[in-house]
Amino acid sequence: MRTELKRVWQAAALVASAVLAGGVAAEEAAAAKEEAPKAGADWMHWHANTSVTDLASVQRGARNFTSYCLGCHSLKYERWSRLGADLAIPGELLQKDLMPPGDKPNQYILTTMPAADAEAWFGKTPPDLSLMARARGKDYLYQYLKTFYVDPTRQTGANNLRLPATAMPHVLSELEGLKAAVFKDVTKSGEGGQATREQVFDHFEQITAGRLTPAEYDGFVRDTVNFLDYVGEPTQAARRALGVWVVLFLLVFTWFAWLMKRDYWKDVH
Amino acid sequence: MAAKSASGAPAPGPDGGTSAQTGLWAWLNKRLPVAEFLNDQLTGYYAPKNFNIWYFFGSLALLVLVLQLVTGIFLTMFYKVGEASSFDSVEYIMREVDYGWLIRYLHSTGASAFFIVVYLHMFRAFLYGSYRKPRELLWLFGMAVYLALMAEAFMGYVLPWGNMSFWGAQVIVNLFGTIPGIGPALVEWIRGDYGIADATLGRFFALHVAALPLALLLLVALHMVALRRTGSNNPDGIEIKEKLDPQGKPLDGIPFHPYYTVKDVVGVGVFFVLFAIVVFFVPNLGGLFLEAPNFEPANPMSTPEHIAPVWYFTPFYAILRAVPDQRMGALLMFFAVVLFLFVPWLDRSPAKSIRYKGLPSKVALTLFAVSFVVLGYLGLQPAAGLYVLLARIFAAIYFLFFILMPWYSPLGAKPVPERVVYHAH
Repeated sequence: MRTELKRVWQAAALVASAVLAGGVAAEEAAAAKEEAPKAGADWMHWHANTSVTDLASVQRGARNFTSYCLGCHSLKYERWSRLGADLAIPGELLQKDLMPPGDKPNQYILTTMPAADAEAWFGKTPPDLSLMARARGKDYLYQYLKTFYVDPTRQTGANNLRLPATAMPHVLSELEGLKAAVFKDVTKSGEGGQATREQVFDHFEQITAGRLTPAEYDGFVRDTVNFLDYVGEPTQAARRALGVWVVLFLLVFTWFAWLMKRDYWKDVH
Repeated sequence: MAAKSASGAPAPGPDGGTSAQTGLWAWLNKRLPVAEFLNDQLTGYYAPKNFNIWYFFGSLALLVLVLQLVTGIFLTMFYKVGEASSFDSVEYIMREVDYGWLIRYLHSTGASAFFIVVYLHMFRAFLYGSYRKPRELLWLFGMAVYLALMAEAFMGYVLPWGNMSFWGAQVIVNLFGTIPGIGPALVEWIRGDYGIADATLGRFFALHVAALPLALLLLVALHMVALRRTGSNNPDGIEIKEKLDPQGKPLDGIPFHPYYTVKDVVGVGVFFVLFAIVVFFVPNLGGLFLEAPNFEPANPMSTPEHIAPVWYFTPFYAILRAVPDQRMGALLMFFAVVLFLFVPWLDRSPAKSIRYKGLPSKVALTLFAVSFVVLGYLGLQPAAGLYVLLARIFAAIYFLFFILMPWYSPLGAKPVPERVVYHAH
């Protein structure tokens, strides 16, 4: 079990370094100008602050997804061709950089990891992520990917604040580095006035640095979340764009209807 | 006028004139009473001239019904009923069917819009005593529409087969299990299985797309025929048929067409603006119209953090949970709906309209409206601590509104004027 996991880690790290080598880090830095949130106890209030209209960010997210997530997670409702069309990625680049060899553009985005193996390795099949942003919200995903910490008691060596005892290893640790969670003892007055001591998360401490700076990693996560937000509802940008015209038309229509009503009602006394 | 054309004379045109007696129109009307029908329903139907904003919601409810039927038909073309296919087919509609997302959002938003306009329509009846004699049957047909609508909405909510669909169905269907004696067998009969399963989904689909829409259409037709018989009430609660001009037309009435058709078009416009804002910009409406857990497929092994029905059922859900005993809770919830049926006979005020009722009636109706909204909010929250206490208090107010009505409603009524109050704009 342990060795298998180690292999997965190694494979992930290999893929990661290969992709990142290609001048990716430079882009990341540009995207991550926004300061990363402080490593404090307020992680529950971190917001993804992303927009699917930021096409470059969604494109980077797609690249992040295929490099780091697709090994285990599918997007079973999204076709490669749809992804290419929506994200304005030319077919050639789509096949060269994003699609696994052998996949066809009209195929759905499916992981090659067999479900039975996944269950044996992780205890459960990694969920399909097509609708994860809609089911849990993008802030949830952002907080999840930002609150992994080292926990030797876990089989994967990692734990998570957003989803305690998560079955997922910290796949992105190669980018983020390793961090420890520092808890503090808090005395609370429990039911019946009894004082109880609780361990409450206080802050993170970076143990080893990753390939990315904290700000770059933050941008990486935001892009990935932004991409998953797009996949959750691929039509959402088109929906809002169309909505503006529909509402404008209806306002004009209603105004004319009001003029007509006023005219007809002149003879009601 | 209708009697005249029925006796063989040429039918009047839709404008009430006799200009269209030749050609296709005459040919048609000799064979089908089109002009007569239009005259009866629109140009010859006199409605009180003092309708206010509350009178938009009836026609809007009809509009939403049509919208739901049309969008529903299109959804049925791609929806694949079945445990293994329902969830996927909804996502297929959302992603791969041209404008499927629009049809689906129109339908899901339409469900909530239906209840919004129906609740406002019902509140109008409470405001102006529209359920009072001679409109008791009109009210009962309306309530039957509401009950059919609840069943229709509940079953429709199960069809996407999301996790909240599954667990919502579980909770609601299990309520029938609280009926003494036959309960457990009844639940099994409804589900067609030992749990909410493929058989349940299949029958809910059949009922949602065929049986209940037919029932709804029939009940709405009866509701409207009954309305044409008694004529509309109005904000003053005065019978306009009692004051007629020499031609036998109500002095305070105006032909429904063109006056109220052009007015209702304005209402339709405003409604569609608000509706489109939801459909195109906030189709989930913060989880009120589409709940986040329903974007995960139905999973009997994973209960959502807390199960709440869609907002339009939450007032009743809050009443259910306010009672510690589940059987009593279900019974109270049942009464919370059934009590509406008795309102025409519980209201003993000499005045129909709230305008001429006494202070006790005004206070009671305000408290009822507040308790309905608060219960609706509480039904969305977890049933714990202060929320349960509040739910009990407001449930008590809810029931007292009905139970005490015979005593408080006659108090302090003011004289009702002879003619409706209308100020031309």
